[in-house]
Amino acid sequence: MINVTINGKEIQVPRGTMLLEACRQAGADIPTFCHDPHLQLAGSCRMCVVEAKGRWNLLASCVMPAENGMEIETESPSVVEARKIILELLLARHDLSCHTCERDGDCRLQDYCYRYGVKESRFAGEIIHFSKEDPNPFIERDYDKCIMCTKCVRVCKEITGAEAINVKDRGHHAAISTAFDGNLADSTCVFCGQCIMVCPVGALTSKVSMGKGKPYQVEKVLTTCTYCGTGCTLELNVKDDTVVGVSSNRDERYSPVNQGALCVKGRFGWDFIHAEDRLTTPLIRKNGELQPASWDEALDFAAAKLKQIKEASGPDALAMFASARITNEENYLAQKFMRAVIGTNNVDHCARL
Amino acid sequence: MAEEKRIILEYADQINPENAGEYIKVGGYKGLEKARAMSRKDVIEEVKKSGLRGRGGAGFPAGLKWSFVPEAPVKYVVCNLDEGEPGTYKDRIICQKNAQAVLEGMAICGTAIDSTKGYIYCRGEYPYVVDLLNKAIDSAKEAGVLGDFDIEVRMGAGAYVCGEETALIESIEGNRGEPRFKPPFPGVEGLWGVPTIVNNVETFAALPYILSNGGEWFAGIGAPKYPGTKILTLTGDVNNATYFEVPTDYNLRDVIYTLGGGIKNGKKFKAVQVGGTSGAFIPEQNLNTPIDFDSMSAIGAALGSGAVLVLDETRDIVDVVTRIAKFFEHESCGKCNPCREGTFRAFELMEIINDGLGNAGDLDTLKILGRVMKNASFCGLGQAAPIPIQSTLQHFEHEYKRKFL
Repeated sequence: MINVTINGKEIQVPRGTMLLEACRQAGADIPTFCHDPHLQLAGSCRMCVVEAKGRWNLLASCVMPAENGMEIETESPSVVEARKIILELLLARHDLSCHTCERDGDCRLQDYCYRYGVKESRFAGEIIHFSKEDPNPFIERDYDKCIMCTKCVRVCKEITGAEAINVKDRGHHAAISTAFDGNLADSTCVFCGQCIMVCPVGALTSKVSMGKGKPYQVEKVLTTCTYCGTGCTLELNVKDDTVVGVSSNRDERYSPVNQGALCVKGRFGWDFIHAEDRLTTPLIRKNGELQPASWDEALDFAAAKLKQIKEASGPDALAMFASARITNEENYLAQKFMRAVIGTNNVDHCARL
Repeated sequence: MAEEKRIILEYADQINPENAGEYIKVGGYKGLEKARAMSRKDVIEEVKKSGLRGRGGAGFPAGLKWSFVPEAPVKYVVCNLDEGEPGTYKDRIICQKNAQAVLEGMAICGTAIDSTKGYIYCRGEYPYVVDLLNKAIDSAKEAGVLGDFDIEVRMGAGAYVCGEETALIESIEGNRGEPRFKPPFPGVEGLWGVPTIVNNVETFAALPYILSNGGEWFAGIGAPKYPGTKILTLTGDVNNATYFEVPTDYNLRDVIYTLGGGIKNGKKFKAVQVGGTSGAFIPEQNLNTPIDFDSMSAIGAALGSGAVLVLDETRDIVDVVTRIAKFFEHESCGKCNPCREGTFRAFELMEIINDGLGNAGDLDTLKILGRVMKNASFCGLGQAAPIPIQSTLQHFEHEYKRKFL
């Protein structure tokens, strides 16, 4: 353990602890754009800078290991000055259409400008436009709001493994891009939307949810995705009893399976919930037409038919075709049912297709 | 005093740098031979004793850097020949005059840290130097002097930031030229994640002479805290704009007036920028300063790469600095906010002032922006980019104010 003094408070942390972690342990609230505990460190947004006694420059606390005896100030005049200027520099290139932004109210740039009283930017020069028209149905790419934290690039590489996007060009012209600056659909993008999950501002948002409710207008209902047996946790965003979107819950305690990561179906494929042609009761075909039935009726009907076929034609006249949408345990029960109850080995699964 | 002292360039133009045999005839590869007969620890001790400090600009003690390298199955030696600093061409001169000394220096480092593989990262604008080095390596291999130490030349693609050692490593690995955060330092975790020593061409080129003549001999030359010689490249409004190798206690005024032959066309001196484009502009009153690392730091300047750009009385400082600001705007890699956005806005402000459209408020903004860039940028590029602006605002503010309409 080593001793570090943070804002006058002495604490002990294990050697190798980053200053950011140490500062947070000491109760200091450190702003960050590019830091994400699930991603490789970047150290590039410089919002987390702190002042260490005896150092000529400020230290980016997310990538600087605490050293024994360090004396750290997290809100000294030069720290605050640096954060304010960085915010002003970002504002100078940012499309400030907060009133129509999907992330209004859940935006780190807003939060930090509020915290440091940054109303406007003193850098009132040229605004270079980076916005990207991308005809894909899921992900809106408005890089006029991008702050270049590169979390989208890292999550795409490190969690999804798609490596669809990276930084192109240099300096102030640097921007997030697919290979050859094409559309996402022509890249290795799988539209999982993990990039939306990590974006700290409104640069990446869901087209499916667009205009349907701001973050503070929706109630987030924690649930499990029904698409497959993986059992990913997700949050249904509900406004006026209507599901208007899906967001990630990255807290391991609530989302132990996926820690917020989803696939294209889980994140964007929720429109079936309120679809008019959605089945809400079992149906039994009577006189050539499907008729609504109760679950008891339907189960009795299925059981009777199975029994009838088995008696008339033997167990091998029946087969079970199971689905990846149910869990492993349910699939186990399904094959067990076929072998032990029906008496056949005719079991197959859609995953073999 | 006021004489050149040639160690690295002693046989310049007298031997063919591609030919190991000619270098051996004038005492070459003796240092490596000596190093190989010593223990690794003793080689590092000898380099420490010499007081040799990095010649790329940061001035870090070479022996100390080597001593941080932990044991590992694979380690690399990397020679930084990116030389992107405008006005600097000393590394090219060293290669063109004495390439074998660079190879020998790298092999000495390889011996000291137990590495058998070296890379030379060559500036993209020097394709002819790549040819020269490849021939020099072939010749050295043929002569059998490098032993099991292999050297490969890799070429940059024209990014200034790749002179920064970790961006250079990223570039060799085939990635975007962007710096990595430190720690971990390359000595511990460098090229492909293994311990890597990155030193400048001039640092490597000094090693053969340190090993053959002894660390104490080297430590006795020039400034005690930054001993040895330094190769300077003199450009701008001087009569004799060329390169020189001088002891490190050499005076800046003598560089300009003795070696440089004074200001061209009988004009008066206005300012000198030392250390390349990211260096500070030094006014007349500070000219009696030795060029060594610490003396330069003491006057708020930096020896840097050893470029010396002289401006005569007719030069428009604000115009010069505007062009420099454009250079940094162009060369910022874009990784961190203060540099990516700061270099862009600094250039914008400089253009406004240079065009006569500025006001006192713009100077205040430049000062604050410069301070934040220096304090909060990720790497040396963003930290040093405001230095030309800050130093001219300090010494030549009247020239800025004269621009206001």
